[in-house]
Amino acid sequence: MLYRESGQFKTSYRADQAIFPIRQDRIALMVLLAVVFILVPFVADEYWLGSILTPLLVLSLAAIGLNILTGYAGQLSLGTAGFMAVGAFAAYNLNLRVPELPLIVDFLLAGVFAALVGMVFGLPSLRIKGFYLAVATLAAQFFIEWVFTHVGWFTNYSSSGVISAPPMVIMGVTVDSAVEKYLLTLVMVAVLALAAKNMVRSRIGRSWMAVRDKDVSAEVIGIPLLATKLSAFGISSFYCGVAGALWTYCYLGTVEPAAFDLSRSFQVLFMIIIGGVGSILGSFLGAGFIVLLPILLNNIAAMIGHGTLQADTMANLEHIIFGGLIIFFLIVEPHGLARLWQIAKEKLRLWPFPY
Amino acid sequence: MKKSVFASLALGAGLIAGVSAPVPAVAQAMEQFMPIPIYRTGPYAAGGTGYFGGFMDYMALINERDGGVNGVKLTWEECETAYDNARGVECYERLKGKGPTGASMFHPLSTGITYSTFEKGAADKIPVVSLGYGRGDAMVGSVFPYLFPLVTTYWSQNTSKIKFIGMKEGGMDKLKGKKIVNVYHDSAYGKETIDILNKQAATYGFEIKHFPVAHPGLDQKAIWLQIKQIAPDWVILRGWGVMNPTAIKEAARIGFSREKMLGVWWSGSEEDMRPAGTAAKGFIAAGFNPPGKDFQVIKDIEKVVHAKKKGNIESDRVGTVYYNRGVVTGILSLEAIRLSQEKFGKKPLTGEQIQWGLEHLNLTPARIKALGAEGLVQPIKTSCADHEGGGAVKFSQWDGNQWKIVSDWIEADKGLVRPLAEESAMKYAKEKGITPRDCSKEM
Repeated sequence: MLYRESGQFKTSYRADQAIFPIRQDRIALMVLLAVVFILVPFVADEYWLGSILTPLLVLSLAAIGLNILTGYAGQLSLGTAGFMAVGAFAAYNLNLRVPELPLIVDFLLAGVFAALVGMVFGLPSLRIKGFYLAVATLAAQFFIEWVFTHVGWFTNYSSSGVISAPPMVIMGVTVDSAVEKYLLTLVMVAVLALAAKNMVRSRIGRSWMAVRDKDVSAEVIGIPLLATKLSAFGISSFYCGVAGALWTYCYLGTVEPAAFDLSRSFQVLFMIIIGGVGSILGSFLGAGFIVLLPILLNNIAAMIGHGTLQADTMANLEHIIFGGLIIFFLIVEPHGLARLWQIAKEKLRLWPFPY
Repeated sequence: MKKSVFASLALGAGLIAGVSAPVPAVAQAMEQFMPIPIYRTGPYAAGGTGYFGGFMDYMALINERDGGVNGVKLTWEECETAYDNARGVECYERLKGKGPTGASMFHPLSTGITYSTFEKGAADKIPVVSLGYGRGDAMVGSVFPYLFPLVTTYWSQNTSKIKFIGMKEGGMDKLKGKKIVNVYHDSAYGKETIDILNKQAATYGFEIKHFPVAHPGLDQKAIWLQIKQIAPDWVILRGWGVMNPTAIKEAARIGFSREKMLGVWWSGSEEDMRPAGTAAKGFIAAGFNPPGKDFQVIKDIEKVVHAKKKGNIESDRVGTVYYNRGVVTGILSLEAIRLSQEKFGKKPLTGEQIQWGLEHLNLTPARIKALGAEGLVQPIKTSCADHEGGGAVKFSQWDGNQWKIVSDWIEADKGLVRPLAEESAMKYAKEKGITPRDCSKEM
């Protein structure tokens, strides 16, 4: 009953085209933002901030990146982790070699480098589609990983190829506590998510969707394929690159190629499949599912497991349950958690008198 | 459709409730907490279960037989990392505050997780003990106060290996002109020895070629064809998990003698040899702990822990290489706790207090005998400057069924390793703006 839009009249185009046309949604979003920006840093402890929320946000950002490419522009990619690695190593090397630059600029430039690399590997998309493109981006994944493992310059000739991320200083403040890292990540993710949401509603987003739905038709109505596909690859990789930089600086604390292996690419791909292909909200929901569920299962195992089940059974059971839930959700709602949310909203608007 | 919506909402609510709930508050006074970041799944599960199985069994033995360390019972909790760095960091954060005094120390059992957690450990004052793995330069305790690569590092053991090859060839001067191939796991762990091998190659005049094997290491055909062309005198295998039996089988296929293959200690377990079958016969591996049940402490574990069905691992894996390594870890860790208790009192201690014990370990032959670990552990003495302590390894050869020790303790070439480690540690200190402790002032 609370969720009813009767009486909310849209009197301008501006109001009609708002991201959240329903007032309750806007209020809910404001409350959510207030909670994550103000309440969470006060109530959450270091474990929650540092090892659950921060990686969740970073991977959400990567999922938004992939969603732009796969969900909106329809180009299947398995190179997400590779582009994240470009961002991570670019941020590290910029910090090391051009120390004059502020850290935020490093992060954004890291995204730009990732975008350039992404566009290069996006070139084959003009000729190949679908699964074949996925294989081409797979090559990007392996190639990038190989380069960072074997070209010593990128790791500043460290003997193990693992470098610990340098301290983060933003405008004189050293960002080293879990709260500060969380807030930094949150600000970046919030701004970039808003940008992504607006992008997909604008001309460029619409041209991506036109290409996704039928590239020949899109070209016929005057959408340049080259520019559209490459912009999708570029912007998607930008997001992944920033996510990669945040992953190393704010979460892992080390820069190493192994953190960006193929399984990370798959992880992000699963996020958008579970969360919802072609949905910004879905990126967050999917990241939540993929990041939180194993931790939850692991914690439940630790909680109830002592004495009842063998530890090795628990460890494997975790995988079984996780896999089972993925299948369950795909059967129940192939369009992802975002679609479930949408359905829930529609039901709520009619509640308690559905027809 | 409606039902599924509610089902998912319920699940979502459960998700949030479950993640936030899991701190069983059983903080009793006389308990010392030990985090166990195990990996029971994934390609390296044999290592994770064997090692931590031994470690937990040893703690269980001390609890059952002695009633804990001076009456302080040991408690522990597992956290599954699947050998993944990101999950390792999560496990570290999850476990670091548990128990009455927080985590005693953290054993990452992964070079990657070591790199990701040792700075957190230094900030939280929780020692990170990378026993036989991790950063080679971590032995420099003045720069890494909370990182302990106890017993021996990759760098040290690598010099022992070259010494062993020299012995087999009949003297270090005979190494000149020899060809040695280094087949390594293409990860932080595998790459750790490249520099030191190059350095040694220059010193002794042998030729070294490095071949990376991508994780997990099932595809090595091309590499071994190249090795066949090079026809090296020795092959050093820095393998891990499934990469090891694959390498051995490939070596057999190209007809390279397994008796000229030297494995690191992560290439030298029963689990590495058995899958390779008869091909593994003759393979030599370095190790800082011998396998077998012929030690008093292992017998005690069988009697006190496994006979009562309280083991943390299948009973038939007791006495394997990984298992015994876990027991060695337990011995050293608890010895550090015991030492710290002498200084700070017989009560649960914080990580900061245990750091003192780790830094003042002095495992004399008499003490090792009293612990029932004669021959299992080498004498170790750590200090503020030296966080390694031992540095010797034994070589053993696989006879097709089990490991046979074929050498005595072979000391590392400290004169070569130490300056390299210090140089690298100082570089790190400079990068991070750390002022090294003055170890002459530390007691």
